[in-house]
Amino acid sequence: MEEILLNIQNPEIENNVFDVRGLNLWYGNDQALKNINMQIEKNKITAIIGPSGCGKSTFIKTLNRMIENVPIVRTTGEILYHGNDIFDKSMRVEELRTKVGMVFQKPNPFPKSIFENVVYGPKIHGIKDKKLLMEIAEASLKSAALWDEVKDRLNDNAYGLSGGQQQRLCIARCLAVQPDVILMDEPTSALDPIATLKIEELMDSLKQEYTIAIVTHSMQQAARISDKTAFFLMGDLIEYDKTEAIFSNPRDKRTEDYITGRFG
Amino acid sequence: MSQDTQVRQLIQNNILNKKHVSDRFMPKFFFVMAFVSVFTTFGIIITLVTDAAKFFSQVQLAQVFSTKLAPLAAEPSFGILPLITGTLITSLIAMLVAVPVGLTAAIYLSQFATERTRRTLKPIMEVLAGIPTIVYGFFAYSFVTPLLMKLIPTLGAKNALSPGIVMGIMIIPLVASLSEDAMNAVPNIMREGALGLGSTRLEVTFKVVIPAAISGIMSSIVLAVSRAIGETMIVTIASGSSKNFTLDITQSMQTMTAYIVEFTSGDAGSGTVGYYSLYAVGLILFLFTLIMNLIAQHISHKYREEY
Amino acid sequence: MSAVKSEFLREGREDIMLETDQMRALERYKVKIDSGRIERRVRLNNGLKHLFSLSTVFALVVLAILLYRIGVQSAGWLDLQFLTSNLSRFADKAGIYGAILGTVYLMFIVVPVTLVLGVSTAIYLEEYASKGRIQRFIKVNISNLASVPSVIFGLLGLAVFGRMLNLGSSILAGGLTMSLLVLPTVVVASQEAIKAVPGFLREASYGMGADKWTTIRKVVLPVALPGILTGSILAMSRAIGETAPLVVLGIPTLILKIPNSIMDDFTALPIQIYYWTLDTVLTPEYANLAAATIVVLLAVLFVLNSVAIIIRNKFQKRF
Repeated sequence: MEEILLNIQNPEIENNVFDVRGLNLWYGNDQALKNINMQIEKNKITAIIGPSGCGKSTFIKTLNRMIENVPIVRTTGEILYHGNDIFDKSMRVEELRTKVGMVFQKPNPFPKSIFENVVYGPKIHGIKDKKLLMEIAEASLKSAALWDEVKDRLNDNAYGLSGGQQQRLCIARCLAVQPDVILMDEPTSALDPIATLKIEELMDSLKQEYTIAIVTHSMQQAARISDKTAFFLMGDLIEYDKTEAIFSNPRDKRTEDYITGRFG
Repeated sequence: MSQDTQVRQLIQNNILNKKHVSDRFMPKFFFVMAFVSVFTTFGIIITLVTDAAKFFSQVQLAQVFSTKLAPLAAEPSFGILPLITGTLITSLIAMLVAVPVGLTAAIYLSQFATERTRRTLKPIMEVLAGIPTIVYGFFAYSFVTPLLMKLIPTLGAKNALSPGIVMGIMIIPLVASLSEDAMNAVPNIMREGALGLGSTRLEVTFKVVIPAAISGIMSSIVLAVSRAIGETMIVTIASGSSKNFTLDITQSMQTMTAYIVEFTSGDAGSGTVGYYSLYAVGLILFLFTLIMNLIAQHISHKYREEY
Repeated sequence: MSAVKSEFLREGREDIMLETDQMRALERYKVKIDSGRIERRVRLNNGLKHLFSLSTVFALVVLAILLYRIGVQSAGWLDLQFLTSNLSRFADKAGIYGAILGTVYLMFIVVPVTLVLGVSTAIYLEEYASKGRIQRFIKVNISNLASVPSVIFGLLGLAVFGRMLNLGSSILAGGLTMSLLVLPTVVVASQEAIKAVPGFLREASYGMGADKWTTIRKVVLPVALPGILTGSILAMSRAIGETAPLVVLGIPTLILKIPNSIMDDFTALPIQIYYWTLDTVLTPEYANLAAATIVVLLAVLFVLNSVAIIIRNKFQKRF
């Protein structure tokens, strides 16, 4: 108890998980991200907000290099993950993605059983021991607050779950590879309010062990759950600060206009 | 003002006078035209069944399922097993070529290749599909067979291996394009989910995409088999007309389709048992391909994942 | 225990708590993800990627060899004399003029018949039929017909057109048989083309008081025309290259007379290829004649397909 209290009293001990330096990104000839500089802090929830098309999804997909699936993408600048540039040739993107996991907007479980979904990651990374896989599945599902609801039907098809349950399954799947960071791209936009609430509660518990970056189009959500908020507009990072500061006392007029609903 | 009223009057008269004859007549006309296809199916079934029945009424079943086929002998025998083995063996060889090559090509084009590579390579597959089978037949007989004879000295000039391989080549585009469609139907977001967990493209393909697309892939294989069974010219030219019951692919075999062609290009006098045997074989062939197509449709429907 | 975790415990959310056993298991597992294995997986990925690409290369190579061989064997035999002379028993005097005419006359029957039948069927299915059993029945029929082997159509043609209607092995018999064979292609292509005509165009026409047939005639068909033509050309390509039904019908080997009417006997390009290929053993030059004919056939198909592509790209309206 004392140990933890110590940590909470000394936030400066946290270091940066991601250090983005001068990131520019083009889709062909259109520049989608302009000279982004920001740090993502450990064990915090960082929200990324902005109107449609501002580049927030593009940005978050750059952090685990998923954006490279689009063929015409070009980047300059560095993104340091624990000090290592993720664009460096020596960085294997498969390894990066085990450490930087992602949860998508629409729940996307595989057409397999619940169990198979969760242990997909460990299996491809070589874990074959059935007992170990079962332990991993149980731990991940518990961390994703889904265990009680599915423990008796692990072999059922994942598609039988509700939308909210499927999204928690995707989170469990992501946790099973023991990432360091969890990126979330509008994870609750396809869910009903109750499911959304469950996932927000989950995120609050997860940030003890993981670092979370979440893209959200809901300012209320950002204000509810995040520690720090970044406001993107047309590819620029306009403002990045503690969440209370952004929402109660924004420094840039554009931030204020967006938050008060004058546009977006 | 008066011109407006005139125009309005003209239109009103037109509408009142129009008898709408064409509107009532045309649907009936189109319906009749559409039923031609139904009549064709019935025509095929009736033709095959009536003449095949005449065959079966004159030839004992025991003989039909025997291995002795000699329709033109003094004492004709109509055992069709040689034809069935001929068809099945050549089709099997074709599948051994078409399925591995077609599937891997589909995997490469849909999961690995860049858009530019796909755009240049796919049309080539389409060209392969558009070449008439007679051209493949010529190719099999005049190029592939001599080539194989150099590799396998015991190979006959007419054999089952050469047309089997060439049929396989002809069917590659069918397997490739249907499997590709099945794999492309797997939602992109599912692939992204797997990639986001640190999978390589290979793992995404074999652990996520193919299992999800398996019904479409299996259906494409069954359709390919059906196509091979129904293929005529390649086997007629390159596999010959030996009616021996044999499993030796280095020798000549006759398929059901080749039998039909051979007999009709000779003098199959109408009304003879030989003439009716054509329709019996035709009926069996029709049933084979019909069953295969129904299986393909069934697989496609039953195991299709609802995304 | 973290402050948040104790919070959850108070609410009774024990499931968030991880047991020590499982924590140990997870630690064991964390150590196991090593870079060496990832390297191996990536190498396997790249290796198999190249292996799979070989399949497409194989198809390319086979196509190249096929075209090359045919080109080589036809060299010297494909000249104007070949195209304008008639058939002959003597290889160096033989020409495919009769076969070309035969194929052309065949198309004179196939194209109108398939267009009328095919487009009518498509119009019925898309515009008039209520979505019930009859429509499904016809659709199932069309798709079954599409997969029936071509020899069977030959047997049908022999029984119905050849013997019952006593058309023998005339151009009419061959044309009608071929029409039935390629009908599904035209139906499906026309269906797609008609379906693609957007609803708001039809509504505009009905809104002005037009009846159904007028709307189809003046609005739907003109817009669907490029698609219908493309389908028709594809059907023609198939019909030009098909051999089996014609052989079953009894098209003879050597026709010296140029056909004058649709009731005449005839020969066609694919049939010539077939007969010359069969007799290559006796007369080796026949292989060259066959190859030369193949070149002509492929050239015709190439032109047809190019026209189809041009029509599709240039005239297809996108909404």
